[in-house]
Amino acid sequence: MRVALFLTCVNDTLYPDTGRAVVKLLERLGVDVDFPAGQTCCGQAHYNTGYRHRAEPLARHFAEVFAGYDAVVTPSGSCGAMVRELYPRMGARARAEGRGTSLTSALAPVVPKTYELTEFLVDVLGVTDVDAYYPHRVTYHPTCHGLRSLGLGERPTRLLAQVKGLDLVELPGADECCGFGGTFSVKNPDVSAAMGLDKVRAAESTGAGVLCAADNSCLMHIGGTLARLDSAMRPVHLAEILASTEEEQLV
Amino acid sequence: MSGTFVGMPAFPEAARDAVRDTTLRGNLRHATHTIRAKRAKAVAELEDWARLREAGRQIKDRTLRRLDHYLVQLEEAVTAAGGTVHWAADADEANRIVAGLVRATGEREVVKVKSMATQEIGLNEALAAEGIAAYETDLAELIVQLGDDRPSHILVPAIHRNRGEIRDIFARTMSEWGRPAPDGLTDTPAELAEAARLHLREKFLRAKVGISGANFMVAETGTLVVVESEGNGRMCLTLPETLISVVGIEKLVPTWRDLEVFLQTLPRSSTAERMNPYTSMWTGTRDGLTGEGDGPRAFHLVLLDNGRSDTLADEVGRQALRCIRCSACLNVCPVYERAGGHAYGSVYPGPIGAILSPQLRGTASEIDASLPYASSLCGACYDVCPVAIDIPEVLVHLRERVVQGGPVTRRGAKVTLRPAKGHAAERAAMRAAAFAFTRPGTLAAGQRLAARTRRFHPRRLPGPGRAWSDSRELPKVPAEPFRDWWLRTRGGKDAEK
Ligand code: SF4
Repeated sequence: MRVALFLTCVNDTLYPDTGRAVVKLLERLGVDVDFPAGQTCCGQAHYNTGYRHRAEPLARHFAEVFAGYDAVVTPSGSCGAMVRELYPRMGARARAEGRGTSLTSALAPVVPKTYELTEFLVDVLGVTDVDAYYPHRVTYHPTCHGLRSLGLGERPTRLLAQVKGLDLVELPGADECCGFGGTFSVKNPDVSAAMGLDKVRAAESTGAGVLCAADNSCLMHIGGTLARLDSAMRPVHLAEILASTEEEQLV
Repeated sequence: MSGTFVGMPAFPEAARDAVRDTTLRGNLRHATHTIRAKRAKAVAELEDWARLREAGRQIKDRTLRRLDHYLVQLEEAVTAAGGTVHWAADADEANRIVAGLVRATGEREVVKVKSMATQEIGLNEALAAEGIAAYETDLAELIVQLGDDRPSHILVPAIHRNRGEIRDIFARTMSEWGRPAPDGLTDTPAELAEAARLHLREKFLRAKVGISGANFMVAETGTLVVVESEGNGRMCLTLPETLISVVGIEKLVPTWRDLEVFLQTLPRSSTAERMNPYTSMWTGTRDGLTGEGDGPRAFHLVLLDNGRSDTLADEVGRQALRCIRCSACLNVCPVYERAGGHAYGSVYPGPIGAILSPQLRGTASEIDASLPYASSLCGACYDVCPVAIDIPEVLVHLRERVVQGGPVTRRGAKVTLRPAKGHAAERAAMRAAAFAFTRPGTLAAGQRLAARTRRFHPRRLPGPGRAWSDSRELPKVPAEPFRDWWLRTRGGKDAEK
């Protein structure tokens, strides 16, 4: 199986550790993973801000770059949802606007083979115990697109529950949005910050030292709030926890 | 819509004050979280919830596809049952019709059933201008009216008030409107409810004209339906001699049987009740010749368009017309919970307001152009909506309309909107990003530049960047982007395409 990592533009630029963790994890599980260097951005920010026409060439580019692979794995619930939920919708809109089926047929091949990381692990590889070791108290925030668009359900917490040494504590109000929302965070900064603060307070109330999520965009917002408050709690991407082993511990 | 919302600032500014008002935040948080949890429980009881939701969606879509046909059928049925149907293209016309009908009775006051449509058109203000007093009889609407306030929730218009505030409003203002509040009124729910009962009873018994909206209209029988909890609606619908109902044209269902679905999904979604305490249904008037039976002697139905046909013309946006105004989407919305209802600048607040107001009113005003952005697109609203309105989808669609313009229907005519002003910098940034993202080399060069200059990056941003860094630290740019690490350590495995 030819597996490609779609890291996402945010992770590539700002969170390379997450990318290294995914590579390490997948290779440990015997997956030969490739990083096609032509990859850039799925177009989510453009699409969600109202620039659908600008997102279309990015989607076509995505489809070209990942055309030759059997599976595309991404450590981002929102970018995964962009491909799986919104690429078909973009094609349908283009059709409705009388622009034919070219966009739909260009995008169709990549849609079903794009997986969010936990889906790939649980559904494709069929594992929940990835031999990880992470001796910390962790609380998990299921991000909105992972939760509601992709329906990741219990996949992430099933994976976390199998991590040796990890003490998983439930996050109160877990399904509430953290307030990031892409450009929402700067277009409505007051509401966004208030949501972020409430999320942080809920996380701190658990006594956990680590706030885990499977999307660094949300973690950038939550982590930025934690840092501003000088909180001792650390935001950590799920992939980095799953990549951590007794021999090679990530902190 | 109601004149009271004219000139509202854009959503972010209006929300800022609410976010900082700790009493308001406390009131809203408590109220929305309580009803949110109750709704989830009430819905979970039904094994066939998903199918009821899908049935509701389909019934509404089917009706909307042939709305013209069903409206004519409704008019015939209402007329046959002794009622009179009036057609109002917009708020002004509807207000003129209602004021004329009230004047013709010779009355100077009316009692009102809680109704979103009459708030949408600003009927109370229009009647006041004609010297006609309109008394709200729903408890929460009464609180809003007595407090000279604006509603902030569809179902619980006074959700932003706590008991202490309500007590003060009653004690201070009831005497100006009719029977004063009892002396020594406390803020216990029972005492507050009793004060309202006594105050309202006087109005029910005196009123000759009632004004209502409707939750549903049945095309095949001409029956109107009002669903409520307090019984004030039942009073207004049965006691007065003349009943005037102002109803949006999208409230239709084709058959009596279709009600079966909505009478299950509406109460569970709105008040978390299995069944609401009062469901009033009426078909025309009491028998015109014999005077036998219950209800009004004269019945007028004012069918309101006010932007609905234009909304119906939009393929993506039309799903907003499926709304049954349950307000589940408000109660679950994290933005509504913090911004409060007033920030939405419309009688329709929350997620549904954010997609309905910019369609009914257009996107020309500052508030309407900002509403599609009043959401983090978290999707909680779509999840709970009993008619499966994909609110995030419509929000994004309306964002597109704001920034790119495009074809819309206004008062029945196709027009092409120009892109809104004030998005020039964003448009340029999006264009530049799209350029770089289709050229991996350009993207990599930018990443490397950011990595090399990272020691010079400020911790807080000036200008527009403050919107981020006022409350959050910026992420640190790493020494090396992932793609360079990959090239360095696995170089050649997959050469840069
Ligand atoms: S949009 Fe849906 S959830 Fe919101 S008020 Fe309307 S029917 Fe209820």
